[in-house]
Amino acid sequence: MSALLVSGLTKSFGGLRVTKGVDLAVAPGERRLIIGPNGAGKTTLFNLITGEIAPDDGSIALFGRDITRTPCRRRVHLGMARTYQIITLFPRDTILRNVTLALLGLSKLRWNPFLALDREHDLVVRARAALARVGLDDIAERPLGETSYGERRRVEIAMAMAQEPKLLLLDEPFAGLSIDERRDVRELLRTIPRDVTIVMIEHNMDVALDFADRITLLHFGEVIVEGTRAEVVADPRTREVYLGE
Amino acid sequence: MSAAATRGAFLVVALAILATLPAWVGNTYYINIASQILLFAVFALALNVLVGYGGLVSLGHAGLFAVGGYTTALMLQAGQGHLAADLAAVAVTLAMSAVFAVLALRATGIGFLMITLALGQILWGIAYRWANLTNGDNGINVTTRPAPFGITLATATPFYYATLAVFLVALASMALLVRSPFGASLCGTRDQPRRMTALGYNVWLIRFLAFLFSGFWSGVAGILFVYYNQFISPQVAALQTSAEVLLMVISGGTATLAGPVVGAAIVVITKNVVSAYIVRWNLVLGLVFVVIITFMPEGLVPGSARLWRWTWRRRAAPVKTATAGERP
Repeated sequence: MSALLVSGLTKSFGGLRVTKGVDLAVAPGERRLIIGPNGAGKTTLFNLITGEIAPDDGSIALFGRDITRTPCRRRVHLGMARTYQIITLFPRDTILRNVTLALLGLSKLRWNPFLALDREHDLVVRARAALARVGLDDIAERPLGETSYGERRRVEIAMAMAQEPKLLLLDEPFAGLSIDERRDVRELLRTIPRDVTIVMIEHNMDVALDFADRITLLHFGEVIVEGTRAEVVADPRTREVYLGE
Repeated sequence: MSAAATRGAFLVVALAILATLPAWVGNTYYINIASQILLFAVFALALNVLVGYGGLVSLGHAGLFAVGGYTTALMLQAGQGHLAADLAAVAVTLAMSAVFAVLALRATGIGFLMITLALGQILWGIAYRWANLTNGDNGINVTTRPAPFGITLATATPFYYATLAVFLVALASMALLVRSPFGASLCGTRDQPRRMTALGYNVWLIRFLAFLFSGFWSGVAGILFVYYNQFISPQVAALQTSAEVLLMVISGGTATLAGPVVGAAIVVITKNVVSAYIVRWNLVLGLVFVVIITFMPEGLVPGSARLWRWTWRRRAAPVKTATAGERP
């Protein structure tokens, strides 16, 4: 059974077909890298998988369960978490509150109008633990507005990881990072246990190559090449897409 | 003094002033103005739930306020008791809030504002035109005020205390809400609705429930209003009422608890006290708003807090410079 099974997924925006019959089968525990040049439809594919937009055709299954018609918010409860390429956090809140919100999203407590959230010891402890994992526990109380770009990237990952997903979708987690920060994030991703399946989008192939078990090359909404790291790198079509003929 | 201690001291002083107000004001006229401030503060607090914490600006809340008031008046006119009238008013306002929410929450931002505005105008139209039900422009008189636990609210002082009690309950419920997980969820839907969905929240339902909560307190404020004036007319449901309460929230400071209360005080005092001396009191109110928005765009309460911190820091600063100067 695949962790994620996408078949014949199609999506058009007006006359523009951004996803053309994409098939994707990701095994449990796999690290899958999806590469492709700008405008290949990588983020759209993610938005379809998470349910933020609805496909015109095709189906999506999560661990054998069809979720094509499941709303985005419920897919999260089924064990799917994502990060965003364009950082999407809560700028008015502290780092700790950001991660607490991620935990709260899966808790029944989120409907409670009577308790004081700051005193929910269990949530706060778990949020701190999630921050410790990305090395941000010492600045947990800092307002998000006063953090660096690299720190925010790590908050994004901490929030997704705090939800203890079975499938983690990372949308360009290295975008805009310095070389040192990239190394930190790479180390961080390496610590994620294998019971989490990871699908990562990356525009720049070299950055995340050693992370991937298998690579899918997307171009103009279509899967061009798929295979192991070596196969994809060696394939002439990869060079064609990235370098032109 | 720490921020929490300052706030605590401020709260104790404010409560002491409110609790003893009739004793040192003495004059019925001013006690009535205090009642008005408190009932409009309840209304402004209700709107602030949506505007401040939900990021949803409504221009139709006068409709909900009027539904509360009109239902009470109509039930009393039909010979029902006060308790039945008030419960019916709350129920009808909640039902109307649900209708408002379902229609208006199809959009956010300007779309939400325009839909609430249109719905508010429809209710105003009903109050004005459906004369068989609402008595049209002539309005409805309410001859008696209730007497909860045998205490009649017919005179100014008991009515003030009843309004104060309702106000404090409303304020406490808001204070509880903003610290709660649900309050955090609501603020999250204001700042990053897309992210909230991707974190597993039902953004629509959170907003819907917040709308009901806001509608509930708007209806309660409407009940207080109709008892205070012992009269209600279509003017109450007009756009001007919606705009006024929105200005209370914005001028006092959105997403704060004290802001809407201060805003209500400014508007009510200008309307009642300034109008006794200046015929064009609307002009004064407009000027007050312009000054607030120019110098404290975040509202009077957060703006004053900022000014206060700034003054303290300036007072503390010279000491630091002196020690720095002593170094060789």
